Amino acid sequence: MVDEPNTTQATVASPDSVPSNAVNISIKHLYKIFGPNPAQHLVAVQQGMSKQELRDVHGHVLGLRDINIDMPAGGIQVVMGLSGSGKSTLIRHINRLIEPTAGELWAGEQNVLAMSPRELRHFRRERTAMVFQNFALFPHLTVQENTEYGLQVQHVKHKKRQEAAARWIERVGLKGYEDSYPNQLSGGMQQRVGLARALSNDAPILLMDEAFSALDPMIRSDMQSVLLDIQQELGKTIVFITHDLEEALRLGDRIAILRDGEVVQQGTGQQIVLKPADDYISSFIKDVNRGRVIRCRTLMTPGVTVDGPSVDASLVLEEVARVLSAEGKDAANVTNSRGKQLGSVTMNDLIAAMVPPKSESTDQTEQ
Amino acid sequence: MSTLVEFPTMGAEQLSSLRRTIDGSFRTFSREYGETLERLFDPLREFLIFSERLLTQSPWPVVIGVIALIAWLASRSLKITVGTVLTLLAIGYFGMWIDTMKTVSMIFVCTVVALAVGLPIGIAMSRWDKLQRAINPALDVMQTMPSFVYLIPVVMLLGIGRVAGMIAVVVYAIPPVIRFTNLGIRLVSKDLLEAADAFGASVWQKMFKVQLPLALPTIMAGINQTIMLSLAMVVIASMIGVQGLGQPVLKAIANQYFTMGMFNGLAIVGIAIIFDRVSQTYGKRLQKHLEVVHG
Repeated sequence: MVDEPNTTQATVASPDSVPSNAVNISIKHLYKIFGPNPAQHLVAVQQGMSKQELRDVHGHVLGLRDINIDMPAGGIQVVMGLSGSGKSTLIRHINRLIEPTAGELWAGEQNVLAMSPRELRHFRRERTAMVFQNFALFPHLTVQENTEYGLQVQHVKHKKRQEAAARWIERVGLKGYEDSYPNQLSGGMQQRVGLARALSNDAPILLMDEAFSALDPMIRSDMQSVLLDIQQELGKTIVFITHDLEEALRLGDRIAILRDGEVVQQGTGQQIVLKPADDYISSFIKDVNRGRVIRCRTLMTPGVTVDGPSVDASLVLEEVARVLSAEGKDAANVTNSRGKQLGSVTMNDLIAAMVPPKSESTDQTEQ
Repeated sequence: MSTLVEFPTMGAEQLSSLRRTIDGSFRTFSREYGETLERLFDPLREFLIFSERLLTQSPWPVVIGVIALIAWLASRSLKITVGTVLTLLAIGYFGMWIDTMKTVSMIFVCTVVALAVGLPIGIAMSRWDKLQRAINPALDVMQTMPSFVYLIPVVMLLGIGRVAGMIAVVVYAIPPVIRFTNLGIRLVSKDLLEAADAFGASVWQKMFKVQLPLALPTIMAGINQTIMLSLAMVVIASMIGVQGLGQPVLKAIANQYFTMGMFNGLAIVGIAIIFDRVSQTYGKRLQKHLEVVHG
């Protein structure tokens, strides 16, 4: 493992407004093999031994193979995959709840894998916070005490942590429930506590392991809004695990798709929807509402000015179509956030882009 | 044929010499170190005498008042508190106040000692599987070995009296505290421990903020068992000079005083029920947060 700080980190693509304390996460050649003697099989796996062979012949399970992800500072990185794809294993590597078999993991300038147990504890206390699929709230503590937990672990003074907790409880909409126990709350409310507990830590990295998967659809979309809202304010580096593509596309600045412990494709939601890397991903995105994912910047014809309304380049197609139909026009000018003219899109472009490509639609009719 | 019918033994000669050797060396050991050991237990003897004096020499209304207060604080139940007071009044009225107080003080000290020794052992067991494997058989022996048998070495070492009796009671009554502490800590959900880890909790922070509080209801069940078992040992302990309700029972057995035996037996039952109900309702109150109010 290389111990010197990684200098390529600073150049990773960053969204518009990155808070100065935001931390990027860089995962390099990460391998995880489960079993009694993982190190023994590492070289064989690195040289391409299949998951099947490793399991049937050697009795070890391949968790992750050669993971390389650069997670932008201050952005939401979604890791998506079906169950068994290794996504929960991957997120647990970031705060080393699981030790990798090989690879590198950097959080900003910090080499996470080189940390001593003590350094690791401090890293977990001050640099990361985590939200869990099954909430993992402490049943013997009230909402207030649960929210204070991370600060209590850090030995923060009672008054200070009480204030921080109260602020976040209010922010997630649980004011008035401070003295309730987790069992007295609904699932959605419990996960709000989970979120408040993580946010009270004020850590630059927020790890969310299928945080909303256990909630029903309405509450889930509600929580997504809460998260996006809070993220606008805070600009934390969020790693969000999900098995739900809609959720991934809604939340993710960047998405990595995991299958059988390997990254099959990564990029922005738009890139994945427009250029799926293989059939597996194509089948995934088949039912995606493209109008809500693709932004008009991707479609526009640069330079041309038309007679029509102006729309922001970051608007999704559906919204542009809504504007056009409301105004009764056939084309719109695309402008950047400062109002500068970039190009134009026509209603025809929009409709063509919203309909899935032909090969896929024939697939659908055959089924 | 005869070797099949008659079990081949090691021979009367060797057997008796084996016994003599073991007994002899133990006797030498107790002669040599008995006094040192006794002195080692002096603080405990002081504690026993102190708590006995406290209960027998304080005015009885004060004692009943304090016990009722404890019962109320632990159970928050008017029914249990009133029941406690009535039971104690009845015991006093039938002339068993002093003996009962001696027994209660004995049980109190035994429970405190069992907790002081048992909790750390239980915690250690929950942390190290190897230790668990080593201690479990020892606990089995302690619980199944007839109590009279381990009275012998205790009496040989410490002589007849309070301390020997207390040790016999603690040996018999301590296994539930150890087992339930171990079990309670092991039952704490892995998810919660992972959450504590994710927030950077140290081993001690996990133990005192997460594991022990969540194990507390289970540990309370163990304490309840320990109290019951030490009460059950009262009569046996009285055979080696422990004073209290056991003594009259012993006398009643020897002389066939039916009523005397019955009354003292009922007094033991009475305080057993008090201890049991109070500690159980306390345990239940500890679990209040587990009640699911939300549908």
